[in-house]
Amino acid sequence: MIKNYTFAIYSNDQAGILNRITAVFSRVDLNIDALSVCESEQTGIFRHSVQVCCDHQTAYRLSKQLERQIEVIKAEFQPEDDMIQQEVALYKIASKSMLEQTLTEQIMHRHHARVLSMNSEYTVIEKTGNRAESQALLEELSTIGVLEFARSGPVSISKPMTIESIQADMSIFKQHATCEPDEGLAVEYTF
Amino acid sequence: MKSTSMTSDPNIVNDSINEKVLKTVTGSESVILSLLAEGVTQVFGYPGGAIMPTYDALMDFEDQLKHILVRHEQGAVHAAQGYARASGKVGVCIATSGPGATNLITGIADAYLDSTPLVCITGQVFAHLLGTDAFQEIDILDISMPVTKWNYKVTKASEIPAILAKAFYIARSGRPGPVLIDITKNAQIDNLDFNYQVCRQLSSYEPNPRPNQLALIQAASLINAAQKPLIIFGQGVILGEAEQEFLAFAERCGAPLASTVLGLSALPTDHPQYVGMLGMHGNYAPNTLTNECDLLIAIGMRFDDRVTSNLAHYAKQAQVIHFDIDPSEINKNVTVDVAVLGDVKQTLPELIKHIKCNQHQSWLQQFQQLSAIEKNKITDKDLHPKTDDINMAEVVECLNQQHDDAIIVTDVGQHQMVTCRYAKFKQSRSLITSGGLGTMGFCLPAAIGAKFARPDRAVVGIVGDGGIQMTVQELGVIMQHQLPVKIIILNNQYLGMVRQWQELYFNKRYASTEMSNPDFGLIADGYGISNAQVNTRDQLTQAIHTMMNHPGAYVLEVLVAQQDNVFPIISPGASVSDMCLESNLTDYKEESQND
Repeated sequence: MIKNYTFAIYSNDQAGILNRITAVFSRVDLNIDALSVCESEQTGIFRHSVQVCCDHQTAYRLSKQLERQIEVIKAEFQPEDDMIQQEVALYKIASKSMLEQTLTEQIMHRHHARVLSMNSEYTVIEKTGNRAESQALLEELSTIGVLEFARSGPVSISKPMTIESIQADMSIFKQHATCEPDEGLAVEYTF
Repeated sequence: MKSTSMTSDPNIVNDSINEKVLKTVTGSESVILSLLAEGVTQVFGYPGGAIMPTYDALMDFEDQLKHILVRHEQGAVHAAQGYARASGKVGVCIATSGPGATNLITGIADAYLDSTPLVCITGQVFAHLLGTDAFQEIDILDISMPVTKWNYKVTKASEIPAILAKAFYIARSGRPGPVLIDITKNAQIDNLDFNYQVCRQLSSYEPNPRPNQLALIQAASLINAAQKPLIIFGQGVILGEAEQEFLAFAERCGAPLASTVLGLSALPTDHPQYVGMLGMHGNYAPNTLTNECDLLIAIGMRFDDRVTSNLAHYAKQAQVIHFDIDPSEINKNVTVDVAVLGDVKQTLPELIKHIKCNQHQSWLQQFQQLSAIEKNKITDKDLHPKTDDINMAEVVECLNQQHDDAIIVTDVGQHQMVTCRYAKFKQSRSLITSGGLGTMGFCLPAAIGAKFARPDRAVVGIVGDGGIQMTVQELGVIMQHQLPVKIIILNNQYLGMVRQWQELYFNKRYASTEMSNPDFGLIADGYGISNAQVNTRDQLTQAIHTMMNHPGAYVLEVLVAQQDNVFPIISPGASVSDMCLESNLTDYKEESQND
């Protein structure tokens, strides 16, 4: 069954590793819907969150091919429903219309958005939430006039308590391989 | 600084591995010293602007590190592959930036698909020129990324020893593969304090997964219970240097043994349990009976599509055990019942402890019956044709009879499949062929590399008239080094395998497959290489005898039947059990065009 999967790929800090990771997906003609990279809870180890739409078997195969990359420490994947996700959206509107229209404040209040930055020329509004929420705000603000809009990809964290903090020697992740790509094996390794 | 004095410094060369010998050298010298510390004695390469400092340093170490100047960088990488596969060591090649580096790519890709350990060193423009479209600047890291096990760009001289140590470790450990190290010119020129530490582990890399005892016991119980087990083995047995362990397991298990193309020579061809080669042009019995066995035991092979054909009809009745070192191969193409991860050199002896000694005589007889059919319909006709034209199979058979222990190196195409079908092997690492990538032009340079690696063994390259012309310039290396490589050109004046497919699957429309060939004898003469041409059967034995007994290099051109086909064949899209024994392919289906 095709659904959205979020990969959490941990890697060493080496130039070019992002290309190696994205190439694993592009090779099988999968489009990456969202991507974000940050340093993980462990200094020097980076977490690449990649969201793609595929079936479980493909996701399983890709996770193994990702782990085959020397600088990748582990690659896990979870269906979107098993992740807690959040996006950040920023909206730039003219301060003039902000002041002229009390409507703006009402909209912001209704959407739990806040002013991130304001000066005489423009105001930047920030909204944290899921895709639908930030989209709804965009549509409402459009009536006032949005000068610029940017939205991050989803930042995800897994729901179950299966992923322990990354140990210094993470090679143990690669030592266990399951041999059955059954549904529900999304988290491959338990300790 | 000048390094001549260092050539006689044993601390640097051999004992530096674990001793902290700090010595200020240039980056280029550290490249050479690192190679020496890894035990490298021969490298293949081609100089150019961005790698000149390294070549300059190489000159001072000529007595310890032999550089073989090829005639094209593709020749360097294929020669390094041939060297690696004949010797089991890491092959090393060196090229300059830009075109030198891009010319390596085909061979690197070939090595990636065939798991050949290589370290490829390329020069790069000065670090401050990166990204400016400088002369001969190309981003070889990005280009080589999908075909390397690992790659890295060195921009500081101080990085060189540690990065090369890591490169060699990654190339040779676990499932071997090619590694590319791109070194900017400033890194080659600048000084560093040289201290070489051999790399033995990396935190993010587990080359040899520990065998899971539970999986081993599950595998053993399936093997002990099986009535019709079939063992299919690949190059993993050779790469793991597990030939003895494999033989011990196979003989205890008593099952029939079938090889992939790259597994050939891991087991002596005359072993009583050996039932032949798998795959599109493999043998009739092992292919057909893959769909009759009750247990398929795959050892160090990766279920390539040329082996499995249509996966929907591949061994569906059988349980499958897969022994492999690479976790990403498990369940990639064929879903398995038990996966035993690890180096077969370790897993097979563990497995043997749990295996009952067994024999499967009646099951083996089924293979013999099908082999008899193949012999009657194909082999006898191939080896004793009624026409005047010489068959490729006759040439291989003639070589078997006169010299049954050569390293045979092939190119890609009909002659390759015929060689794989008919060549007989006594010891491991006796067949070097381009399997996964199917690279025409592979034979000649790979044969050169193999001969440099194993001067004690006869090396015979078997190549088509198409493939020889792709890398024919490497005859120059044979000439320069007086290298006694024997080359047999099986000349059918066609790109034979493509022509065969055109005949069988493209309505006999022979698009661009007929070739006007040069006089190969004259070409060999140009390089000062002894040669002969044979066009009748009665000359063949004597010609091969002359070639094999000639002290130096030799090119033997055999004019073979122009429009012969390699049979049997599994048509694209068909099942392994639907092997065609003769050219009756009316049941070929449209859908197979998608293959």
